[in-house]
Amino acid sequence: MKHAAQVIAVAAAAILALFGAAFGRDELFQAHAWILFFVLALAGYLLLQRKTSEDAALIPLKDGEGGATAYMDGPIRYGAVATMFWGIVGFLVGVVIAVQLAWPQFNFEPYLNFGRLRPLHTSAVIFAFGGNALLCTSFWVVQRTCRQRLFGGDLVWFVFWGYQLFIVLAATGYLLGVTQSKEYAEPEWYVDLWLTIVWVAYLVVFFGTLLTRREPHIYVANWFYLSFIITIAMLHVVNNLAIPVSLLGSKSYSAFAGVQDALTQWWYGHNAVGFFLTAGFLGMMYYFMPKQAERPVYSYRLSIVHFWSLIFLYIWAGPHHLHYTALPDWAQTLGMVFSIMLWMPSWGGMINGLMTLAGAWDKVRTDPLIRMMVIALAFYGMSTFEGPMMSIKTVNSLSHYTDWTIGHVHSGALGWVGMISFAAIYFLVPRLWGRRRLYSLRMVNWHFWLATLGIVVYAAVMWVSGITQGLMWREYDAEGFLVYSFAETVAAMHPYYALRVFGGLLYLLGALIMAYNLYQTIRGRERQERPLVTTATAAQPAE
Amino acid sequence: MAFMDSHKKLEKNASLLLVFSFVVVTIGGIVEIAPLFYLDNTIEEVDGVRPYSPLELAGRDVYIREGCYVCHSQMVRPFRDEVERYGTYSLAAESMYDRPFQWGSKRTGPDLARVGGRYSNAWHVQHLIDPQSVVPESIMPKYGFLLDRDLEPEMIADNLKANQMLGVPYCDEMIELAAADMADQADPNADWEGVLTRYPKAVTGDFDGDPDRLTEMDALVAYLQMLGTLVDFTTYRADAEENLR
Repeated sequence: MKHAAQVIAVAAAAILALFGAAFGRDELFQAHAWILFFVLALAGYLLLQRKTSEDAALIPLKDGEGGATAYMDGPIRYGAVATMFWGIVGFLVGVVIAVQLAWPQFNFEPYLNFGRLRPLHTSAVIFAFGGNALLCTSFWVVQRTCRQRLFGGDLVWFVFWGYQLFIVLAATGYLLGVTQSKEYAEPEWYVDLWLTIVWVAYLVVFFGTLLTRREPHIYVANWFYLSFIITIAMLHVVNNLAIPVSLLGSKSYSAFAGVQDALTQWWYGHNAVGFFLTAGFLGMMYYFMPKQAERPVYSYRLSIVHFWSLIFLYIWAGPHHLHYTALPDWAQTLGMVFSIMLWMPSWGGMINGLMTLAGAWDKVRTDPLIRMMVIALAFYGMSTFEGPMMSIKTVNSLSHYTDWTIGHVHSGALGWVGMISFAAIYFLVPRLWGRRRLYSLRMVNWHFWLATLGIVVYAAVMWVSGITQGLMWREYDAEGFLVYSFAETVAAMHPYYALRVFGGLLYLLGALIMAYNLYQTIRGRERQERPLVTTATAAQPAE
Repeated sequence: MAFMDSHKKLEKNASLLLVFSFVVVTIGGIVEIAPLFYLDNTIEEVDGVRPYSPLELAGRDVYIREGCYVCHSQMVRPFRDEVERYGTYSLAAESMYDRPFQWGSKRTGPDLARVGGRYSNAWHVQHLIDPQSVVPESIMPKYGFLLDRDLEPEMIADNLKANQMLGVPYCDEMIELAAADMADQADPNADWEGVLTRYPKAVTGDFDGDPDRLTEMDALVAYLQMLGTLVDFTTYRADAEENLR
């Protein structure tokens, strides 16, 4: 038997899950243990069916000295498919909860109520879609830039499948009602412990590859990936410190309370944005942008300065989520000042990325992948200007608690994270499966425009609804009475919530086109289509 | 270019890069968060704030399970419109036993920090069963299923004990009597003296309209009815020296 050790480990874990299902002290824990058991049973079955652990198509290293002779691209292939799959799940759930906000009759108690689906949407997009994009691109980038096979052998597969298990447990937990209610850190203690193990393994793989590299210099993309991995480890461990009520129960109570818990949570929450959704994706940008543009990174010195200032400043920005709350004023002001300073290193990254196109700007017109990367950087620049502005206390007094925040998050998540990931996956898939080109560049173009239009609709609608609601809440009449009841401000949001559904649908449609395009590419098909740009114009040299 | 040259060391030594970037990302948290644990003026000293009664804690756990925090904040900011709409602005002390905190980040629905006592129990139950029947503009989901779910007494003592381990001042007597207190608080025929001694100002009596049955609806409404009611603001002086921060 080829996978004896793995099969035994999975079987042992499945038996433990059965014990959990039998002796769990609350019904949520029992239900979760049953889910774990069936997932592991399925995993064991698939392991037994699997014929070989070797990669179907090995891509040789350029110089084959030493023991390792090929890049390990199997997990990256799985990661690319997982990114696409979870992306569609996340966008779809997003559209569903947008529908629920516009038409509440689409809530189905108890499992499909908005309160349980919303964490499913945020986690699916951030951790499942974004996380898989980061896993698979970091594995690709670190191997190519270090000219070394991934360190750890089967540990890489453990990281991939372990992470998928984390996603499944987190997602099913939300629907069941297993949550510790910390935004973007909702999974309960046992799921957190599992993620910690997987994350340490990820660090071992990534850092091990760096240590065994055959290139003297560590490429800048890897600085960002490395800082993302260690910072997320720190944030995850500290923010999730809790005491479980029982080792066989789903419930835990946070180690911190009230004001301290609030700041710890937003120290985590804002840096989930800063390191998961920014530093990691900047690493992606620093590899794929120069690669696709076939130009070197614009400024080496700028990348050093903005890397260190970005990771130093981001950590301080958390308190801007707690302006005018019971958090002491000194902490609020400190958070605001650092948030404003953060504007500069953020734009350093945008400038470095955009200026990489210096001398190749024609590619924005001719290459839809470059166009995606450019719009990603444009949205990155826009939302990292908007963020510092919203962190100013007077602005925040209006924007906080409203849809403006939601719009801001989505211009970052759909515009920056989504677009740069799509571009990276479009870049990777033909290379991973040894195809000459993508099935269709015209479909990439369609995806680009649908997604861009979707984001613009979404963000514009949320600006209007957020500012409208913020102003309605504080509207006084001539006699000094509040003009609107809360319910009236909710009713005023309806047209915007309906329009948001439309924006989300456009974005989802774009992703479905991408999935079809990738599927055909993997199958080895090439769509016969008119080129996007006629050769006569494409042949003109750049300025 | 001395700076660029010294940076070359980091670019060629992965371990150094790891250690250096880790040190850089720890500083902000150490300077901002750590002082909140020892600076005395982080949390005011007020009378009245007490740990949640077992029934309230169970209700709070339902509130968390259902993700109420994604649409409702529990933090009134010190603005004229918010104070007039919701009541006195929230004090840090009022959430000192909240593990985790429920301040929220979005008001798709109104703030709930001071919802306690504003509506009758019957209103809350009807509103949770069918929100649009009492607030036509509401976009809140329905929570009628809470009426059909019995409140299980097995875990409540352990829930209190976990909080006790974390420093919440539950005494051993409270833990011992947790299940009984939980049932008594929602029982219109019980003697509430013990509950009220241990948990002053607790709202007692039947909550869900079915006095014979202890449900999750009882617990959630009991929790909602005590929110923001513990501090007596007729005696609290925000400008007293010990409260200046």
